Amino acid sequence: MTCLPARTDRKLGLVIDLDTCVGCQACVVACKGWNTENYGAPLSDQDPYGPDPSGTFLNRVHTYEITPENAPAQIVHFPKSCLHCDDAPCVTVCPTGASYKRAEDGIVLVNESDCIGCGLCAWACPYGAREMDATARVMKKCTLCVDRIYNENLAEEDREPACVRTCPTGARHFGDLADPDSAVSRLVADRAGLDLMPDLGTKPVNKYLPPRPRDRWEDASVLAPFLEPVADSPQGFLGWLDRALERL
Amino acid sequence: MAHQQPTLDLSPPIGDATHKTTCYMCACRCGIDVHLKGGRVAYIEGNRDHPVNKGVLCAKGSAGIMQVNAPSRLRAPLRRVGPRGSGQFEEISWDEALQTAVDWMAPLRATAPEKLAFFTGRDQSQSLTGWWAQMFGTPNYAAHGGFCSVNMAAAGIATMGGAFWEFGQPDWERARLLLLFGVAEDHDSNPIKIGIGQLKDRGARIIGINPIRTGYNAVADDWIGITPGTDGLLILSLVHCLLQAGKVDLDYLARWTNAPLLVNEDPKSPDRGLFLRDAAGKPLVLDRRTGLPVAFDAPGVKPGLAHGYRRAGITHRPVFQILADRYLSPDYAPETVADRCGVPAPRIRALAAELAHVAFDQAIEIAEPWTDFRGERHETVTGRPVAMHAMRGISAHSNGFQTARALHLLQILLGTVETPGGFRFKPPCPKPMEAQPRPNARATPGQPLKGPHLGFPLGPEDLAVDAAGRPLRIDKAFSWENPLSAHGLMHMVIANAHAGDPYRIDTLFLYMANMAWNSSMGTERVTRMLTDIDPDTGEYVIPRIIYSDAYSSEMVAYADLILPDTTYLERHDCISLLDRPISEADAAGDAIRWPVVEPDRDVRGFQSVLIDLGARLGLPGFVTDDGRPAYADYADYIQRHERRPGIGPLMGFRGDGTDTGRGAPNGDQIARYIDNGGVFTHHIPTGARFMKPWNAAYQDWAIALGLQDRRQPYLFNLWLEPLRRFQRAAEGQGDHQPPDHLRARLVAAMDPLPHWSEPLEQAAIDQSDYPLHALTQRPMAMYHSWGSQNAWLRQIHGENPLYLPTAVWEAQGFAEGDWARVTSPHGEIVVPVAHMAALNPHTVWTWNAIGKRKGAWALDPRAPEATRGFLLNHLIHELLPPRGDGHRWANSDPVTGQAAWFDLRVRVEKAPAPQESQPAFPPLASPVGQGPATLAWKIGP
Repeated sequence: MTCLPARTDRKLGLVIDLDTCVGCQACVVACKGWNTENYGAPLSDQDPYGPDPSGTFLNRVHTYEITPENAPAQIVHFPKSCLHCDDAPCVTVCPTGASYKRAEDGIVLVNESDCIGCGLCAWACPYGAREMDATARVMKKCTLCVDRIYNENLAEEDREPACVRTCPTGARHFGDLADPDSAVSRLVADRAGLDLMPDLGTKPVNKYLPPRPRDRWEDASVLAPFLEPVADSPQGFLGWLDRALERL
Repeated sequence: MAHQQPTLDLSPPIGDATHKTTCYMCACRCGIDVHLKGGRVAYIEGNRDHPVNKGVLCAKGSAGIMQVNAPSRLRAPLRRVGPRGSGQFEEISWDEALQTAVDWMAPLRATAPEKLAFFTGRDQSQSLTGWWAQMFGTPNYAAHGGFCSVNMAAAGIATMGGAFWEFGQPDWERARLLLLFGVAEDHDSNPIKIGIGQLKDRGARIIGINPIRTGYNAVADDWIGITPGTDGLLILSLVHCLLQAGKVDLDYLARWTNAPLLVNEDPKSPDRGLFLRDAAGKPLVLDRRTGLPVAFDAPGVKPGLAHGYRRAGITHRPVFQILADRYLSPDYAPETVADRCGVPAPRIRALAAELAHVAFDQAIEIAEPWTDFRGERHETVTGRPVAMHAMRGISAHSNGFQTARALHLLQILLGTVETPGGFRFKPPCPKPMEAQPRPNARATPGQPLKGPHLGFPLGPEDLAVDAAGRPLRIDKAFSWENPLSAHGLMHMVIANAHAGDPYRIDTLFLYMANMAWNSSMGTERVTRMLTDIDPDTGEYVIPRIIYSDAYSSEMVAYADLILPDTTYLERHDCISLLDRPISEADAAGDAIRWPVVEPDRDVRGFQSVLIDLGARLGLPGFVTDDGRPAYADYADYIQRHERRPGIGPLMGFRGDGTDTGRGAPNGDQIARYIDNGGVFTHHIPTGARFMKPWNAAYQDWAIALGLQDRRQPYLFNLWLEPLRRFQRAAEGQGDHQPPDHLRARLVAAMDPLPHWSEPLEQAAIDQSDYPLHALTQRPMAMYHSWGSQNAWLRQIHGENPLYLPTAVWEAQGFAEGDWARVTSPHGEIVVPVAHMAALNPHTVWTWNAIGKRKGAWALDPRAPEATRGFLLNHLIHELLPPRGDGHRWANSDPVTGQAAWFDLRVRVEKAPAPQESQPAFPPLASPVGQGPATLAWKIGP
């Protein structure tokens, strides 16, 4: 079994805005591209052109339909990757120490050279955020692009996870959630950001901003003054037109 | 085990080179940074300095690396050896391939150039391909707009001098309310997503009007699940409410639109419906200062809207009064249209009220002085921050042109076009219909056409018909059947050529258009037309087919000669102001592609091949005076071609490298673009940015840049006089007369004011037999048929169930895993179904072009795309059901010829699960084999 660090100096993570996510899958593929080429073994694909294609992805977007009582049904897109939990059960369950949480920034990683591919961590993770790579036989998970966020070969502005950099709607935010003054912490405070399944006690670092209320049409009586008719006959309309033009 | 952590390399190299070029995973032309290791593509991300995507990139763009390694890539020129449709080919050399093409085409040019039909699909080089066809001399050229969104393009240009997407955009920075009509998830991809993010950040509201609540409609604050084909009626009902309340921008209408122009209303006059003009032909308005008629552009004139004018016993009334009469009618009251639109009347009124409130109570003033074309100086620009965007959902109906016109009418009545917060043109627009070319279609053996193929007829005399009124073009574009077919009708080419109507052709030359699969109506029927043998000659009815594609698409199997194209990372291209550029509202923009990697196969960029063919055929412009090739390849053409003196494909770094827009060719131009990130932008100065059609400073800027040669101010066409000219002809006026059987239809369709009419197919059938509308949408992560060959993208969308609304699902007791038989007036399919509640109750839908033919795209024939995937195309016909009048009418918009994909009506019945989706097709032989069993694509160590 593997110990978590006593404390982490920072808690780097993602804040994902479910009000804005259109489900375009840009984050999914940017992640796949970066992490296939970088950290550890490539994210492999099995039967990529065949009848049952599958592959390793560190981030997937799920889609849910919700049907409220008295309003039209809604669709919510829900991107999901490792939440870099404070109390990460995937770390403590690891028999070799391969799964670990970084003391300096809280990122949960797998040291692939120590990973025996036993899969206990994926079993322990309540979020289904880890995937065993079928070719490399090591456990893969979101690295929060640890090889981007400090990377001196990248311009300062590019030192953020690939999924955040690519998100076209700006629905993904990256920062230090231990710092109450960080932009991400302020977003969480302003928009009532949520933990995913908080009752499990995993203390996820990543937060989700809930969708804003939808389909709340103003009562017609509130809006009626904006449509007050100017006349009740064609002649009346012409009269209004004449008067209105005079005022121009 | 105590906490321990390894030391990581936190700064691995990204690559050994970063090349900036333009994406082509869809048509949106984002800038990309391609990171290379050892000359191979290691990672692709968005270019932060690019005006289109500003650094972000969609799923397709990021998956480009899997396109460049795709096993479906064609490898060498191919000659068909089996029967058409078998997929059996042999590889041949380029010399042999090009000589074969020349041997087929040269005799046609010498004797009957129209026997070559050259149509290109999602082509971004139309200024070259069109010019090539013009020099060849065939009238039969167009790109894919006729089956895509020509209704949006033509209605936008005809009404206001520019359309959505490339030529105009919502003012994302300032809009406070956005209405999205019929926008699935495309056109344009990243800019709309960026814009939605901006609106959300500012707390601006988004209203989605779409039968299906996916994607952008899922994040909209409010959703109106409209019944397909009724958007025009909803919009005109909003117009009704706004007029009734006087919530229209009268000052804007009087100054900048043809609302004050005086329309002849005398039923006995031959000029009824035309404008009162002065001796010089200028339309007249009544000056509010004097009550007298003067030219619309007279200095200081204050055009009136309230009074008519009688001259020589003939009554004239301003356009505004005629339109007010029409739309104030109870026919357009919310209560009248509610049921048909599937939108409750109070909801329509609430939407109208919200438009009025935002437009008039939240107006913005920008202190940016400017001078209009009448010489009047304005200290500010007034913005009415309501933005709108629409695309194929309203466009791909047979009433789409008039619906798009209605949408522009609504925008204009609110004063939101070219004002802050509304809709803004992107250079080279604004460009009115009158400044566009007229179509050219008269072929002369051995000679070029006199001018470009595509344009805008202003009246019957501009049609592409012979003296007897018969179409000159194989697709019957610009004929009485669809006079304003500004993008041609690619979806009619094969059917017409097969039928010999209006004539037979010899060689069909296609570029990147999957006409043997997802781009044709009635796929199975079309493939039969491609394989039919003429009993008189023993040859195929369409004797020769040349096709260029980069990938092993279904269409490859139906061609005789394949000219393999490169992928987008292996080629030169220009995203040109002569074509479909990447401008923004505040800047002109163009860009290039360049080979960031070299092809590892015997393939050539199609445009270079076309230039080579042009030289071999000796086409004017493609050879020098002494008969040598004028250009070495496409890159050479991009740098040295001049369309007009000093105006070439790219605007940046002209002359000695310091000229913009106008300037001599520069042999160093592409190198300069590469140094500049593959893109060039030229900003519009302050004071010229808004009110572009009327703003003298903008007009002068556009002249300096070479977008136009003179000031061309114009009025927005609420009343579209050219349509009235066609109506007049149909009523019997004038020398150019339509065939009798088309008269009634022309009178109805060519209405100079926007109207709503029932989509043609549903008007022709018993709707109780086919109670449901059937639609497709393009997923955000796939582009047409291209995505399925991509190892990563096909894991996201490998199947496409037919989504059924709750009422249908429950009524027939469907359960997960069920299949259904879907029947239209033209055919039936049996397909997997799924339930979706966020859907108009009378609508079923599926993702577009996921279904694949077995053997195509280098996929295993057992791939789910080929066994469970399907197309709705089998249910659609390019002709309407027979009416018993002896004519078969096209399933197209009668104004533009746009393919009416979304008019489809069906019924759905639970069916036993078959082995695979029906109809099932025999497999094609794959000319490229199949892909590998696993991938672990790491380039670096």
